[in-house]
Amino acid sequence: MQRRVFVKSGALALVTLGLSPSFLRRTVFASSLPAARKGKVLVCLFQRGAADALNVVVPHGEQAYYALRPNIAIPRPRASDTGTAVDLDGFFGLHPSLSPLARYYRDGIMAPVHAVGSPSATRSHFDAQDYLESGTPDLKSTRAGWLNRYLAVSGTCEACSASPFRAVAMTAQTPRILDGPAPAVVISSLGAFSVRAPDASADRLEAMYRTGTTDLVHASGKEMFDAVRMLKSANPLKYGAANGADYPRSQFGQRLKDIAQLIKSDVGMELAFADVGGWDTHVNQGGASGQLAGRLRDFADSIDAFVTDLGDRMDDVLVMTMSEFGRMARQNGTGGTDHGHAGSMFLLGGGVRGGKVHGRWPGLEREQLYEGRDLALTTDFRTVFSEVLTTHLGAGDLSQVFPGFAAIPRAGLGLLR
Amino acid sequence: MRFPISSVLVAAGAFAGTACASGPAVQSRPEVAAQGSVRELSADAQALHVLNRLAFGARPNEVERVKAVGVDRWMEQQLHPSRVPDATLERSLASYSTLDKQASELLQAYPPPGLVAAARTAGPESAADSVRRQQAARASRRFVGELLSARVARAVESERQLQEVMTDFWLNHFSVFVGKNQLRYYLPEYERDAIRPHVFGKFRELLGAVAHSPAMLVYLDNAQSVADSGRETQGQRTVARRGGRTRSRPAARRMQELQAQRARVAPGNARSPGINENYARELLELHTLGVDGGYSQQDVIEVARALTGWSIQPPRLGGDGFRFNAFAHDAEPKTVLGVHLAGGRGIEDGEQVLDILARHPSTAQHIARKLAVRLVSDTPPQSLVDRAAATFRRTDGDIREVVRTIVFSPEFHSRDAYRAKVKSSFEFVVSAVRALGGRADSTPLTSLIISRLGQTLYGHQAPDGWPEVGDAWMNTGAILNRINFGMTVASNRVPGARATSWPRYEALREAPREQQVEEVVDALLGGQASPETRDILRSGVNPLASREGPQPAFDMVDPDEDATPRARVRRPAAASPAGLAQIIGLALGSPEFQRR
Repeated sequence: MQRRVFVKSGALALVTLGLSPSFLRRTVFASSLPAARKGKVLVCLFQRGAADALNVVVPHGEQAYYALRPNIAIPRPRASDTGTAVDLDGFFGLHPSLSPLARYYRDGIMAPVHAVGSPSATRSHFDAQDYLESGTPDLKSTRAGWLNRYLAVSGTCEACSASPFRAVAMTAQTPRILDGPAPAVVISSLGAFSVRAPDASADRLEAMYRTGTTDLVHASGKEMFDAVRMLKSANPLKYGAANGADYPRSQFGQRLKDIAQLIKSDVGMELAFADVGGWDTHVNQGGASGQLAGRLRDFADSIDAFVTDLGDRMDDVLVMTMSEFGRMARQNGTGGTDHGHAGSMFLLGGGVRGGKVHGRWPGLEREQLYEGRDLALTTDFRTVFSEVLTTHLGAGDLSQVFPGFAAIPRAGLGLLR
Repeated sequence: MRFPISSVLVAAGAFAGTACASGPAVQSRPEVAAQGSVRELSADAQALHVLNRLAFGARPNEVERVKAVGVDRWMEQQLHPSRVPDATLERSLASYSTLDKQASELLQAYPPPGLVAAARTAGPESAADSVRRQQAARASRRFVGELLSARVARAVESERQLQEVMTDFWLNHFSVFVGKNQLRYYLPEYERDAIRPHVFGKFRELLGAVAHSPAMLVYLDNAQSVADSGRETQGQRTVARRGGRTRSRPAARRMQELQAQRARVAPGNARSPGINENYARELLELHTLGVDGGYSQQDVIEVARALTGWSIQPPRLGGDGFRFNAFAHDAEPKTVLGVHLAGGRGIEDGEQVLDILARHPSTAQHIARKLAVRLVSDTPPQSLVDRAAATFRRTDGDIREVVRTIVFSPEFHSRDAYRAKVKSSFEFVVSAVRALGGRADSTPLTSLIISRLGQTLYGHQAPDGWPEVGDAWMNTGAILNRINFGMTVASNRVPGARATSWPRYEALREAPREQQVEEVVDALLGGQASPETRDILRSGVNPLASREGPQPAFDMVDPDEDATPRARVRRPAAASPAGLAQIIGLALGSPEFQRR
């Protein structure tokens, strides 16, 4: 497929036009890149609101777990009972709503990481989401998100794509994680990414931006029409769900379907991001059924449909889930859980060293808990992110992506092949 | 285009007379008069320019009205908003019930959903419970919708346009985020009491009002910042002065409060509370000196220490506003930017830090540059920034005078500056409503459209605010949404900004296309469209022959229900835009309308 280079004017011309430096940088990224290959894709899924990791990846081998959560614990696995944890390794199990994902664990392409998260002590959603997205825990002044910094530093690598769809957020607004100088497309729904005008008007609008000067506004307009045109010719919407995949009708399910369509239509997407709310279960979160169970069902069914839909293409795709922190080990007085510390993540894809729960388990006895109340942290989320960027996307130096962290040499967890 | 300068000389002379009467303006008068004589823009262009920069765009016939008043006199009026009657807006705002409320009242009237849900007994949540919980969540954010709607209403309808531009600027300079914890309850008072009264005041007063505001204290965590353990606090000193034998009862109670506060800061870990540097850092980097303003990490720490104890009255206990907690204040000596602060002091530490920062030359330069970027161009001439910074220093940070230096400068009225700025999403939508002679809508819908275009009011998560330069607003998704917004207006689906609400609509709807185009270009694009744009607007493929019908343009359900106000937008049935409406829609989506 032919890739357009969006702004053809040289850097010098832009300087003389008095355009600001970040636009210049972005143009340089865009124009110095060769055509994309059918490359690796990273799909980041953010559970906003702090998912209750202990009821997601259930430590059913821990006596303390059942003592801490008399009303909301997930019962120990019993093969015949769908209201119990789905055993993974004799110690951990999945919440029964996540049973569609257990198959991928057994197939060796899915792995949970436990006791992982931000080293920051904050229990504020706002701060913790900020740190997860900036990639700099306890440092608020970081302007760009870490995915954007990755795009920026790897902008000149040979394998990187010049596609306007290199980074796509399936959200209503630019998420912090993709905010920054490198371009990223924000699409709230694939079906809506077109000029909403009768053909004649659309053609005229396009002509307005294609003719005339090469200033910032025109350049952006041309870029936009190129993107729309590219999407139109790739026509991702023609890719219905394959292999009998059945996406939930939820917004999250539909956004995963959109991401799958973008992958299948080979528009050069390297990063995709989507988020899903509703995890802040302070009250009546339920156990094997109830509020959290419902959320997890939609989450798992959506991911299951995505993996089913993509089939063999999952060899090149990595799904990574994250949430800003975990929740208190002990249930609270209203049948829910309050803000905690370490959480869990899932990695799913052909390159994952699956069939194993990664991360050192710190235990749930009182003296093992963080500040006497929360799951302790044994893996910094940046360890996981770094390994994913390096091994899956082939990133080189990450010192600009995770400043102050990447410089410290450390072994990865062996999450990926 | 010609740029007659003779009329400007007369205008500048007339202005000099009013400036004498207004007192403090006297100092800057000679400068203004001298600069006024070299303006490059025509009278029409000047009028349009000031409406684009010192207002949210021109309303129908407003260029003529500004010319009739005189550009300089109009600017002078705008610099003194109290002299401009604003009855229409006041009538519109009368229907809002929450704008004058304090945080504690809002907290009571619109309790957070967590409290509502917690009132339930334990047990699994039923479907009905879940619905109730979601209803409570929506209700708890309803007042935020009023605040957003009022922001838009003021920008659209106020006659005190420069005041609204400056309010937008300062709210962005001192940006706070609606989604942080319970911060939304403080937003009405933040805008009303901390920002609005000071937008033309002394910078030190504005800085102080923000520093004392619960919104900023919560947003950047200073409310939780307490002296590091091991540091002597002012509370302890007070006790010592009283004799030091036993703690007085109030002092003992305060120590308990400190323990409780420390427990809140780090639950379960009362051993390691301490200073929180967030506010101190942004105070230096963003609010005053600027990132290269010449401060060190040690200065950040010292400023944070000086501000320990600057906290809030807990609104759940019915309290409102600022509270200084002496028991949490680090009372040991400090050194801030080379200035020694003696030990044993209290709130005056923080006040002195604000004095030092407000009067620092880096602050003058930083604020002058940022104002020039907002008002003049993304790359304002250094000579102008230097003059504005000099005014800042000479007038002890008088914002009105700094703005006056900028807007009466030849750089402001230069061909280079004319239409050099790209509109933010807020400016884009508001200017479209104004251009069509629309009214503010009393629902949050217009603010949601602005949000969908990438600029949620009070929705910038990081403390640096929305970018003041154009490239941030021009990207693939943004420009697509703007074009689609134009088409949505064309099909009359934006309340307050309908193509048919344009005063000339009825008179022109049967007119020849040539005439329609000329009038739309005049009214919406200031008479200045590239030949290409004009040709394209003129070219007459019959749009009614199109196969593709109109579709919903905005999907406005925010995915992040834990952090931001949400609402679902109902879309009225739409007719396909045609004829004049289509020309209007195309004009709003044109490259020319993206500029101001």
